[in-house]
Amino acid sequence: MRAFPVGDDALLVEVASGEQAQALHAELLRRRAEGSLTVREIVPAARTVLLDGLADPVRWASELTSSEIPPAPPRARELIELPVRYDGPDLAEVAAHWKVSEHEVARIHAGTEFTVAFCGFAPGFGYLTGLPARYDVPRRATPRTAVPVGAVALAGPYTGVYPRSSPGGWQLIGTAEAVLWDHARVPAALLSPGARVRFVPVGEA
Amino acid sequence: MTDRALVVVRAGALTTVQDRGRPGYAHLGVPRSGALDPRAAALVNRLAGNPPDAAVLETTLDGCALRPRSTVTVAIGGAPCPVTVGGRPAAWGAPVTVPAGALLEVGAAVAGVRAYVAVSGGIAVEPVLGSRATDLLSGLGPAPLTDGRVLPLGTPAGPPARVDAVPQPRPPAELVLRVTPGPRDDWFTARAVRELTTRAYRVSSASNRIGLRTEGPALERARTGELPSEGMVLGAVQVPPDGRPVVFLADHPTTGGYPVIAVVRGADLPAAAQAVPGTTVRFVAVRRR
Repeated sequence: MRAFPVGDDALLVEVASGEQAQALHAELLRRRAEGSLTVREIVPAARTVLLDGLADPVRWASELTSSEIPPAPPRARELIELPVRYDGPDLAEVAAHWKVSEHEVARIHAGTEFTVAFCGFAPGFGYLTGLPARYDVPRRATPRTAVPVGAVALAGPYTGVYPRSSPGGWQLIGTAEAVLWDHARVPAALLSPGARVRFVPVGEA
Repeated sequence: MTDRALVVVRAGALTTVQDRGRPGYAHLGVPRSGALDPRAAALVNRLAGNPPDAAVLETTLDGCALRPRSTVTVAIGGAPCPVTVGGRPAAWGAPVTVPAGALLEVGAAVAGVRAYVAVSGGIAVEPVLGSRATDLLSGLGPAPLTDGRVLPLGTPAGPPARVDAVPQPRPPAELVLRVTPGPRDDWFTARAVRELTTRAYRVSSASNRIGLRTEGPALERARTGELPSEGMVLGAVQVPPDGRPVVFLADHPTTGGYPVIAVVRGADLPAAAQAVPGTTVRFVAVRRR
């Protein structure tokens, strides 16, 4: 683990893997809940967790790098089920990458339990991990100018669901009907870091 | 009966509703947003008798024109600009009474970029996640103003400040931004790190509420490859592949994959919000406090 002060009141903590980042995130949330850590934002990402709005980041750098981070508690969060139709326009391309049939893409994807590793890109857009590394796919060479709301998409090791229509370069494999983001709802984001997610097929692809 | 509302007669190039933003949701991908020059926004609120978190209007270069339906106190600050009420010159940087139905014109900035207009009672659009701020990156909050729109006003909280005028910092002729290095300065050559803090940059016309873009020497990477996405802070100096540093402002993305070579002190960001395109920018390395 390495920790870099960021400006005067933030700390970026870097670990070796996504799993470790999720464990560190869970531990920092625990410390904030018990009152031993006072910070405005805890922002997990691929290999890091950012603590922003933190008094004395230099002290926290040595404190965290010298402490043992326990593994993320398994199944600590409820499982969110997202109904999905595997009808995306890039299903054939993903099937070719995976060297399986389109039907098999749906079966593998729906058979995986995902974790929201982090959010970003747009409010309520989660980067979901859980697929084995052999199923990584590249982004599209040419991004789409408008990806429809609810599109279930793959890029690199991640699955994401577009909370609203936006440009995007991910490979679209399906459509989810859930409302990912509604700022009139509490909580506004259906998916938050650490949540467990499973895609449940509806109808026939 | 009074109708506490404001009619937008001329929206201007880009006028948005701003307050202190919506910090605390970065982990969900929600930018902090809020006034780019929070000192100016707080000052005009105080002059208009509003609490510091009341929503104000933030104009961009060419001001706006507004017609209140009831008599209000307004205060305009930030970028200096001519102010008229019913066609007559009125004070900038001081409380001004605008009678019901009179036209308030906030003219083009004579220096700086963003003028702030506080109206007694505050702009009372529906808050989103606790803030009325327009976030231009993610589209949260009210849309930028358009001609003919009617904005609701809140109930005045207190009397306007009893002052004729208060001093406000002039927009900078040269923008000096103090930076602390890192967290990803090791992604750049030693020469690039030196260049950032010794060479002059200029504010690019492509700057916006998301970032202050610069023109100047391209900073050379010591490493190729992609940095996995990581959390970004306000004031981060991010360097995209073209090598020209971008200083993240209030609507910045919460995570990003380009390396951050240094971070600008928060106290220097209001001046960055007022630097017109073409202004010279100098990044000065300082020790972490």
